[in-house]
Amino acid sequence: MTREVVQRFAREEMAVAARPADEAGALPEGFLLKTVDLGLNFMPIPEALGGVGAGRSPVSNVLNIEDLACGDMSMAIAALAPLSVINCVMDYGTDAQQEIVSQALATADFTPAAVAMMEPGFGFDARQLNTSARRRDDGTYVLNGVKSMVAFGPDAQLLLIFAEAGEAGTQGFLVNGNTAGLTFEKEDYMGLRPLPLYAMTLADVVVPASDKLRDDIDIKQLSNLGKLATAALAVGTCQAVLDYVIPYVNERVAFGEPISNRQAVAFMVADMATELEGLRLMVYRAAAQAEQGLDCTRIAFLAHRNAIKYGMKIGTDGVQLLGGHGFTREHPVEMWYRNLRALGTLDGMLLA
Amino acid sequence: MINLELPKRIEDTRALLRQFAEGGLRPLSRKYDLLEQKEMPEELYELSKLLGGGARRAQSGDAGTDAPAEGVNRNANNMSMVVSSAEICWGDVGLFLALPSIGLGNAAVSAVATEEQKEEWGELFASMAITEPGAGSDSAGIKTTAVLDGDEWVINGEKIFVTDGYRSKQVVVWASLDLKLGKAAIKSFLVPKGTPGMTVTRVEHKLGIRSSDTAQIVFDNCRVPKANLLGNPEIAKTADARKKAFGGVMQTFDNTRPMVAAQALGVARAALDLTLELLAGKGITLDFEKGYHQMSAVESDLYDLEAEYETARLLVLKAAWMADNKQPNSKNASMSKAKAGRMGNQVALKCVEICGQLGYSKAQLLEKFARDSKIIDIYEGTQQIQQLIIARQVLGKSSSELK
Repeated sequence: MTREVVQRFAREEMAVAARPADEAGALPEGFLLKTVDLGLNFMPIPEALGGVGAGRSPVSNVLNIEDLACGDMSMAIAALAPLSVINCVMDYGTDAQQEIVSQALATADFTPAAVAMMEPGFGFDARQLNTSARRRDDGTYVLNGVKSMVAFGPDAQLLLIFAEAGEAGTQGFLVNGNTAGLTFEKEDYMGLRPLPLYAMTLADVVVPASDKLRDDIDIKQLSNLGKLATAALAVGTCQAVLDYVIPYVNERVAFGEPISNRQAVAFMVADMATELEGLRLMVYRAAAQAEQGLDCTRIAFLAHRNAIKYGMKIGTDGVQLLGGHGFTREHPVEMWYRNLRALGTLDGMLLA
Repeated sequence: MINLELPKRIEDTRALLRQFAEGGLRPLSRKYDLLEQKEMPEELYELSKLLGGGARRAQSGDAGTDAPAEGVNRNANNMSMVVSSAEICWGDVGLFLALPSIGLGNAAVSAVATEEQKEEWGELFASMAITEPGAGSDSAGIKTTAVLDGDEWVINGEKIFVTDGYRSKQVVVWASLDLKLGKAAIKSFLVPKGTPGMTVTRVEHKLGIRSSDTAQIVFDNCRVPKANLLGNPEIAKTADARKKAFGGVMQTFDNTRPMVAAQALGVARAALDLTLELLAGKGITLDFEKGYHQMSAVESDLYDLEAEYETARLLVLKAAWMADNKQPNSKNASMSKAKAGRMGNQVALKCVEICGQLGYSKAQLLEKFARDSKIIDIYEGTQQIQQLIIARQVLGKSSSELK
């Protein structure tokens, strides 16, 4: 899989469809099925289970996230949500779970699947979840609580739900979207409008022990990989903003010359390019650390922080550079601005 | 697989230089900052020798075994230099600039001098005289002239802000052979100290880097041998060739900007390290898993500063790596300088603020780091010059379109 293929897909299938999808509040018809041709889900799955066996590669993941987000952030998240489930199960699932996930998600059809990590409210911390998993004497678990920003909701064939399992700490459970006790309510956000996001209530959801991911699940590393994925979304979306404002400020004439001939405009673009390049390097470095088995906690954390900070900055500067036109829905910058606002709240939705 | 960690060879050098910075420079920091004297900090001669010896050993160790095959990514001189500069500047950026072996004109001389000239000029500690009262960032606008009279160049003009201009043993001065021909006629000349007609007329009093001298030098019918012109004496004939010739001069900035940016990395890291040390005494330590809602304002600031530091560091390393690999890096060199320059200011000043009375007091070095950091966002191209260069490249503008 070369980057050019993914980048071309982002341009031809995503970028052009982004505005209509945003207006409709729904993914373009047939979009998810088209993403299957990219074959992304097959990469980390071992050959024995029908995959390519390319191994777990956080670097490849951040590059794919970046390139797809450059097309559209909402569509990128939808397309990659199942891959995050695969990645997590390949890292921390039992053999049986790996087989289930491979059979369900490495197919010619797009099978909706998602990680359910986020919870409503503010102050989210993956180490202290409010959703609980109580182990019963027969070995089964009972899950209770409320999750938020669950992609695909009731349509998800597989949901990877994270819950607090007493002394065992945060644990992951692989559950079907139509399991008894799960109810969903569609959520509405200022951005990411095409993405089907749901609040999910868990009322005494019974999960067999065999559906719990391995005990040695590393929540810290999952959190790192989640931060990296979010930061990579920022890199791609900010690249889209930069690619759009450059021709605009070069063509937009005021006072007899392109506005980009003025330093007040040109320096804003220079800073956007500089901060974006710096953020991209941070994301690549942390991903490379993760891939080599080095501790990426520090750099992933700092990359995530700067992704939120400069994602917002570049988003708002993109609108500003287009002036009043930037505020209209004739141009995509206001949409990117709304989407970039989500960066601070996307914990655990995608994993690098 | 991509790997953005320092290779072991460079990491080892870095660790050695940290010892040098911590044991050699840091204990002198406050002394020479307060003295702000013209006289050379005498300890630096020994330290400079120590550094030079280490560098030569490192270099001879490199030869042969480490020579990379054609087409293989290299982490060569530029990468080593930025890492080394940052580390020495962690100790003290003013003393770093005052080290004889760091003389800013040294490279220009050793690149072109013949064996006889090297013999004649003696041990190199060459300063670089470019800026004039009327030409700073606009280095093509200099007015100093050099006219050939028999076998000698006669130099006339006034230079300011010459780093080490007072203490250096030689001065490399930029002068024009023909003011009408603009940039292409600018050449550099080596003038040994003691040459009649060259006078240091003033030493600046500065906000920071006080242990490094910054001099004004006047050239009044100063005569040097014809061979002291460094490089090609010809003035390019066509307008196109002239543009190219100055391009060559500007290209040296593509290598030097990341190195100056690295100075900001050193100062910022020093300020952060000291701040974290002081805060640890108050029970505040960084936890890179902490949720954003659980942070105090001070902690939040610290994470921000760390993020800015790491970003600037990677931009500097990338620009140096590109230079090592012969990739055009003008945009990245300016990005690294712009980001590191403003990061250094931001980090050092914020550390002063975070540490309150201790930050502001001369009892600690934080106030000095803040003063030292300011110049790094100015020399070797100000923040705004870097933004201009980046903007031109990103927007595809000529220097006449985006002025």
